[in-house]
Amino acid sequence: MKSIYLTTAFLITAQTLGAQAGLDPTDILKPLGDEWPIYAGDYSAKRYSSLKLIDQSNVKNLSLGWVTRFTAGSGPNGGAPAGGGGFGGGRAGGGAAPAPTIVSGFGKGDLNTGGAPRLGGGILMVDGILYMSSPDNAWAVDARDGTVLWHYYWKTRGGTHTGNRGMGMWHNNLYLEVHDDYLICLDAKTGHEKWKKEISSFDQQYFSSVAPIVVGNHILAGTGNDMDAPGFLQSFDPETGDRQWIAYTVPMNKGDKGLDTWASLDAARHGGGQAWIPGAYDPETHLYIYGTGNPTPAYTTGRGEGDNLWTCSIVAVNVDTGKIAWGYQTSPHDTHDWDATETPVIVDAPFNGKMRKLVMTGQRNGYFFLLDRVTGEHLVTGKMGLVNNWASGLDAQGRPKRNPDKDATVGGALVNGDVTNYPPATFSPDTGFFYVHENNSLRISYLIDADPRGSMGLGGTQSGGNLSYGSFLDAIDYKTGKVAWRHEIGGTGGFLSTAGKLLFGGDGENLVAWDPANGKPLWHAHIGAAGNAPETYMLDGHQYVLATGGDQLYAFLLN
Amino acid sequence: MTKSIFALGALVVSLAAPCLRAQEVQEPPQGGRGGRGGRGGGPAFPQQTRQLASPEVIARGKAVYGVNCAACHGGDLRGGDQGGPSLLRSLTALSDQHGELISPIIHGSRQDKGMPALNLSDSDSVAVAEYIHSVLAQVGRQARPPGSPDPTAINPLVGDATAGATYFQRACASCHSATGDMKGIASKFEDVRELQNSWVTGGGGAGGPGGGGGRRGGSKPLPAVVTLANGQKLQGTLIHKDDFLITLVLADGTRRSFTRNGDTPAVETNDPEEAHKKMAMTLTDKDMHDVTAYLATLK
Repeated sequence: MKSIYLTTAFLITAQTLGAQAGLDPTDILKPLGDEWPIYAGDYSAKRYSSLKLIDQSNVKNLSLGWVTRFTAGSGPNGGAPAGGGGFGGGRAGGGAAPAPTIVSGFGKGDLNTGGAPRLGGGILMVDGILYMSSPDNAWAVDARDGTVLWHYYWKTRGGTHTGNRGMGMWHNNLYLEVHDDYLICLDAKTGHEKWKKEISSFDQQYFSSVAPIVVGNHILAGTGNDMDAPGFLQSFDPETGDRQWIAYTVPMNKGDKGLDTWASLDAARHGGGQAWIPGAYDPETHLYIYGTGNPTPAYTTGRGEGDNLWTCSIVAVNVDTGKIAWGYQTSPHDTHDWDATETPVIVDAPFNGKMRKLVMTGQRNGYFFLLDRVTGEHLVTGKMGLVNNWASGLDAQGRPKRNPDKDATVGGALVNGDVTNYPPATFSPDTGFFYVHENNSLRISYLIDADPRGSMGLGGTQSGGNLSYGSFLDAIDYKTGKVAWRHEIGGTGGFLSTAGKLLFGGDGENLVAWDPANGKPLWHAHIGAAGNAPETYMLDGHQYVLATGGDQLYAFLLN
Repeated sequence: MTKSIFALGALVVSLAAPCLRAQEVQEPPQGGRGGRGGRGGGPAFPQQTRQLASPEVIARGKAVYGVNCAACHGGDLRGGDQGGPSLLRSLTALSDQHGELISPIIHGSRQDKGMPALNLSDSDSVAVAEYIHSVLAQVGRQARPPGSPDPTAINPLVGDATAGATYFQRACASCHSATGDMKGIASKFEDVRELQNSWVTGGGGAGGPGGGGGRRGGSKPLPAVVTLANGQKLQGTLIHKDDFLITLVLADGTRRSFTRNGDTPAVETNDPEEAHKKMAMTLTDKDMHDVTAYLATLK
């Protein structure tokens, strides 16, 4: 009996380590639990973990498991391999070899090297290994002790170096975007390249930073651009990198839907709407639901008076066809750079007395939206922010009505700044609250380029006279869109909620656990500003809480 | 290209660290004008770092452009009255290296789209392309158009000074006076925008001009009184406050941190901007412009 049991165990192990080891795409369909296999933990992007070993009764005992410091690049003049070891040079004691650094890329190696990396993306945890990225860098890290297993460094040719948002995984393949526009497939075991493809034009000033999202045999990869260029989402074959489809977010040809919302076809084709943040996925409808960026030129005339579809929108794309099934514009005819770039959150929950298939999002323009995720039907709009004054109300579809007087003007318009941004929100089914960061400020926005042809990119305006009204952790009741409570915190980071009735996030200085019912702080550690939302995973009977502070990665657990 | 680099990457991995070092040292430092454009002066795009043609070629291209192209595409390349599209954001121009994409268009490949064929020599059409690249090289951060906008080209003084004086008497005079603290205020600012930024925020919030959006900066140090659990009061400048810790710098420069337990110790801040923050929540743009016009008369 015993021997048969052992044989079975051996077979399972062998299969796990075989050709199909790593992450089976169907594993991502599971609710968020022991592993963290995708940017937002699972396809719903709720960032709600079913783990509850750490709960309100014991969170005060949460203590440091390990910490590792990371270094970008290969060091000045190609010095010692970076990213190894953490404190005191090499935790891989006992004579183990230092972690290999794999160097690639078409640059000179003189950019983004040797410094503190910006750890602002999602971190994957699969089979006890963490996969983390920063601009031009990727690491595999032992999730039990923080040892760096390999470090990949891409010598960039340049490009606007925003944060890198993380990697995607399919079996043993990892997918990384770099700012000079390659999608790179890495062997998860070694960090060696399997292939790389240029997915957008570096000459045309695209820059690629999105965490690729794996859905079945699709690698969904967006890209960004500030130049007046069209936005698009692409799907690639996981094994070859061949493109399966491209979905433009702006009209590119005569007859395309939404062309009448632009001054001309030329204006539409330069209209922006970049896909620079990952979305959520609904396995029932095969819809990938993501937010699009600002129109271009961002702040001035030149796009006509229409809505400018699908910029600043929540867009649902069928992953099999690449066709847009529906869109909902959160900022019609945006004039404030209010990209719809907070990852939407998919929830099945009661609404008006019956269960609904919902998607919700809190946006940079200071409004919360609840939609039917199958049809795009608008259900609720709620106003966030204490001084949010750019809109004059809502239209029949619940979209904020831009007040043109609050566009940048020659004499100056006193208008609110970004109310939130890309750091992700979380939804807890336990409380029914959607948790999002809220920032409150007023500033004076000046038009300094009054050219009737319009400016370009993010040019043409200047802002000054900033007045801060504080920033908060908001708990929003999704049924009404109203802020149920707000708790003052600093920082700009995202959040994680757990079945242990805990809400984790950064307050600008500390990693904090709050009571999700009321925002009362229950535990904290002074680790510096968090780069992105905390994550959690389970290994050997321990629940870990993972967070970045500056250039360091921290893992906490109940020791 | 892709394949050879891939092979190189694999080779590097298989070799020991010293070889890696040697390989990288051999590479010359990046020349040219790296650092222009890009976010925060960081890595830039090819148009900002590429090698430009000789001044003679660019000058010839500029002259040929002026004669043949400017009427439709604008003297500044941003598009013209006769319908020529902006070349500053032309993806074809961005992708072009040395005229191989631009010259055929000049010579008539897009007549069906309204671009006439121009009778230019090959060297002149290439010179035009090189001139266009020299202008694209000046595109700024987040694709701001070439060249700094000239603030004096726009007069931001759009308000009514008389109405502004009335508003000032009604809303500001309890704290401020045209003959007291506001005397000569206009002469302190070269740019009316800076004057307006300063008075609206109460002087403290006038940060330098930023682009567009604006994220939240760090919290500003504020005068504060901290009351300890034993009733002792400490006065100083609050430099940090979160739910767990406050840090105060006392008048003599001593730095003191206190662990917080709920609202203990109590912190009372005196934000000099407070009155202005309150005012700004209801201030209309018209009143703001009027007051600025009025203050601009106080030289």
